[in-house]
Amino acid sequence: MADVLVYVLHYEGAFNKNSLGAVSEGAKQAAATGGECHAVVVGGDDLSDELCQTVGNYGAKKVFRAKGAEGLAQPVIDAMDKVISDHGHSYALFGGGLLGFEIGAGLAARRNAGVTMEVINIKVEDGKLVAERPILQDSKISDSHYRGDLGIIIGRINAFELAPPTAEAAEIVDVDVDYSPWSSQATMVKRGEQRGADVDIEGADILVAGGRGLGKAEGFELAEALAAAFGGNAAVAATRAVVDAGWYPYAAQIGQTGKTVSPKLYLAAGISGAIQHKVGMQSSENIVAVNKDANAPIFEFSDLGIVGDLNKILPKLTAAIKAKKDS
Amino acid sequence: MKICVLVKEVPDAAVEKRIDPSTGRMDRSGERNLNPYDTHAIEAAMQIREGGAVEVDEIVAVTMGPGTATRALQKAVSLGADRSLHLTDDALAGSDVAATGYALAKALESESPDLVLLGQQSDDGECYTIGAVVADHLKMPSLTQVIKMDVSDSDPPTTPATLTCERQAEYGYDTVQITLPAVISVGDAINEPRYPSLKAIMGAKKKPLQTVAAGDIGIDLSLVGGEGSRVQCGQFHDPPPKSAGQIIEDEDTDETVAQIVAWLDERKLI
Repeated sequence: MADVLVYVLHYEGAFNKNSLGAVSEGAKQAAATGGECHAVVVGGDDLSDELCQTVGNYGAKKVFRAKGAEGLAQPVIDAMDKVISDHGHSYALFGGGLLGFEIGAGLAARRNAGVTMEVINIKVEDGKLVAERPILQDSKISDSHYRGDLGIIIGRINAFELAPPTAEAAEIVDVDVDYSPWSSQATMVKRGEQRGADVDIEGADILVAGGRGLGKAEGFELAEALAAAFGGNAAVAATRAVVDAGWYPYAAQIGQTGKTVSPKLYLAAGISGAIQHKVGMQSSENIVAVNKDANAPIFEFSDLGIVGDLNKILPKLTAAIKAKKDS
Repeated sequence: MKICVLVKEVPDAAVEKRIDPSTGRMDRSGERNLNPYDTHAIEAAMQIREGGAVEVDEIVAVTMGPGTATRALQKAVSLGADRSLHLTDDALAGSDVAATGYALAKALESESPDLVLLGQQSDDGECYTIGAVVADHLKMPSLTQVIKMDVSDSDPPTTPATLTCERQAEYGYDTVQITLPAVISVGDAINEPRYPSLKAIMGAKKKPLQTVAAGDIGIDLSLVGGEGSRVQCGQFHDPPPKSAGQIIEDEDTDETVAQIVAWLDERKLI
């Protein structure tokens, strides 16, 4: 019997979609190994009975609820450590995202467990879970087998699909956690701050995305002109690096800590294609990449790749598309 | 205040990375560079020292790895660290993330730092988690991918200093206040690392470098190495094949643009 414990992240009274996907996956794997899937949530009063029961819709039989600080890893590590000590779960599962990485890794230290991150698939071998993780820029897949009492699996963002919800409610178990002294050393001052203009990229059919290769904030003018040339439902998106650098608003960010999109056309300008970016756009119907580095990873998953100087190519492409539209 | 910076030697980005089929481990024979993300961590330590809000007594670069890893330490020293600590032992080879984090924590324990800094990820392993493993062993809070960090002096001076950190998380930017000691992994947006001066490069070899083995710092050998690791990654296979995309090398831009337009037009994207 292998019970699976899934951490479910929430913000302002709603559960995270990736976390619920992990609950669906956990329920599937628990069923395959004859165990149960449980969830753990840590937070304040917005974790109402009504909300917590809904993790049952995705297959969790129980939800362990602890009162504690939100948005930080250490309190969740303490809570999961306590729940696993009391109930003996064989696996801990996370749906990806920054906190999942931090909690999973800290929990591995706490419980002397193995941890695998960026997992894209889980399979069962000899009654045990085996985690599949892409390595070397996704050119190979490595199988992680776990030894010991606990295996920790951290999914890649969007790796675990949300199962269709049922009407099942999870049983709520309130947990008293003795938080570690070092848990109280960190306090959240401000959470979920939006920076820059509020732009909508999720509904766009065509996205022109810019990365560090645009050179400077003003480089985004090239991307905006190209998006405008496509007209209609086209918008401009950005990578984490340029958003952190203040070149473009956070609302336009694609990837691990940004949005996930699947437009008809994703035109990446000056984007190297790091995994954290790829996970947010890889299901786009058509991917075109312009980059001066022929070894950029983005060319591994683009449908059309142009090796060249975007400062030369983008203005001419903008003009050509305008001309084509006018003809 | 004492700052330890965790650094790592990684393959040069220009060297192709591969799995050694005989051992099933990453072939690290081509390694020769300091992980570029770690240079941001050293720069962050230097900026705390130069900022003057707290007094930094010492910046120590710490690594675990084979003999060649001393080059990463020398680079770290040339960028500003005062001395370095090299944990090296054959018994550590094949350690997974959790075992590596444990061994590094033992090395750090021997230094009793007030602040541990590291880069948000290593260039080779595509792993963002070592800081969180280290932190829990050290019983310190940790925060990863920090892009802004302000340190404020303790008041009264008998209490530990605090950091105000900003980072991007699932729902936007978070601001977190942390009382030291703590483990912080920094993102590449936090600063622009300086280039080492020629004098600093030449002087780096003269700065103290201490080498320790697992036994010297009380590492439990049953928890490290391939045997002590709780994850076994022995099997590798290929992902489902994806048809290779078309590549155009831009020589004549007008011609390139015509090809792009034709390609888009064919797919009714214009």
